[in-house]
Amino acid sequence: MSSKDLEKRRVTGPDGEQFDVDPMQDYFCQERPKEHEPANRIWESFLNWARAESLWILGYGTGCGAIEMRPLMTPRFDAYRYGIQWRPTPRQSNVLVIGGYLSVKTLKRVIRSYEQMQGPKYVVALGSCTINGGMYWDSYNTINRLDKYLPVDIYITGCMPRPESLLAGFEALKKLIREGKGEGQNLYARNFDEYKANQKKIIRDWDMPDYNW
Amino acid sequence: MGFEPIKILYSLLSLFIIFNIGMLINGITRKIGARVGRRHGIRFYQPYIDLVKNYALRSNITHGIMFYLGPVFRLTGGIGVYLFVPAIYGSEYFGNFSFAGDLVLITYFIFFGTLGMALGAGEGGHPYSAIGISRGLAQVTAAEIPLVIAFLGAAIQYQSLSVTEMVALQQGGIQNWTMVTNPLLTAVALIAYLGTMMRSPFDIVLAPQEIPIGPPTEYHSTFLGVLQTNRAIFPMAKTVLFMNVFFGGATNWGVLILKVFLIYMWSVFVGVVFPRFRVDHSIRWFYKYALPLGLVALAATSLLIK
Repeated sequence: MSSKDLEKRRVTGPDGEQFDVDPMQDYFCQERPKEHEPANRIWESFLNWARAESLWILGYGTGCGAIEMRPLMTPRFDAYRYGIQWRPTPRQSNVLVIGGYLSVKTLKRVIRSYEQMQGPKYVVALGSCTINGGMYWDSYNTINRLDKYLPVDIYITGCMPRPESLLAGFEALKKLIREGKGEGQNLYARNFDEYKANQKKIIRDWDMPDYNW
Repeated sequence: MGFEPIKILYSLLSLFIIFNIGMLINGITRKIGARVGRRHGIRFYQPYIDLVKNYALRSNITHGIMFYLGPVFRLTGGIGVYLFVPAIYGSEYFGNFSFAGDLVLITYFIFFGTLGMALGAGEGGHPYSAIGISRGLAQVTAAEIPLVIAFLGAAIQYQSLSVTEMVALQQGGIQNWTMVTNPLLTAVALIAYLGTMMRSPFDIVLAPQEIPIGPPTEYHSTFLGVLQTNRAIFPMAKTVLFMNVFFGGATNWGVLILKVFLIYMWSVFVGVVFPRFRVDHSIRWFYKYALPLGLVALAATSLLIK
């Protein structure tokens, strides 16, 4: 897909009929992300409890660290006990785990996946690569600080972190959510222009709308 | 029979009870699945938390009117089936809105939700939704034939299209249940039951590893919440219907919960033991084994009542 595919055009269908296609209108929503005010305190704290106890992770391994996520589904670590489950589609997930180093090519997909998730949504950054680039800090095609491109809720350090530290990290994330501090979605909406500018600086072949729901 | 407004309240109460039974059984089922895999698995009340969370998500987007209506149709199908099944036999109020000939309406309602969902998920535009739907409709149609044959057989056996009358004729002990008086027909019904429950070996429609989650791929937050609500009600409604037609019905909630649990466990145990069929396998399986068995059962039933 190139940026030309996003232009408005007239297409001929297989039966010979002609119709207009406007991909930006037909396939994407162009609205900017909105900030969502929390509800009143007592109700919101109940909802935050539910959100914390039902973390649905997007099953998307973005780097080598994602391999540490798999053992969590097995009998040995069994994260399901703590209300952590995996969903195959970004639409139904609330947690995006960035598994270690993030190449520029993957960053594009990560952004698209993140923006398709429905809020409140949380980003868990896994391994040292997401903090300062780790062992890839001077690589030509990986990013160094994930925080510049997506609002990160919690970092789990290590190279790689063991599944136990992932579980500890998820427990810490739950605590943040219960305290009402898991507002990454609002942060993203508030500083949208800044995040987009950073993303566009890195991703040269930007062939998608600015915000793809 | 006149219409009593109080029946609406009792029907809502009945719906509420069956919803909670469904939610708990969903949790327990996943727990059983996990124990078979030697895990501890989710907490048994996890489906409630997931439901609250999904309803409480702050943002949602839509792909059009049918996308909105898909989950609504699905839930209508589930509630529709339940409201026309007499849940408690002999109870004036928990008999819901059953009437003479309700079996025909119920059989229609079972398919209704699937069609609504097909239109809704189709508008979602995701290719996986489309694959899921085409597989789902093909498989449900294949499973629906033995299902209808089983209900038809029961209707022939009891010379009635009213579920209440069928239950009435099965009263007086286990020797009067269809399960005992017509085991072949019950076997066909139970095979068809497997096909409509969306559990392994017939869960290619949702197939999380292959076509991520199938038809509901694009559904999220409140839409998904409605689908989850239906996921609790619809299988229970179907199970109550099977209980009524083949297993003697229930005269109180205790018996209902026990029978529903045991019938439901049939699909669960088959599910944890047998791996998933591909869609061409499952359709072929239904046409090769369930359909001939159904026709034999139907012929046997006609001979039985002569």
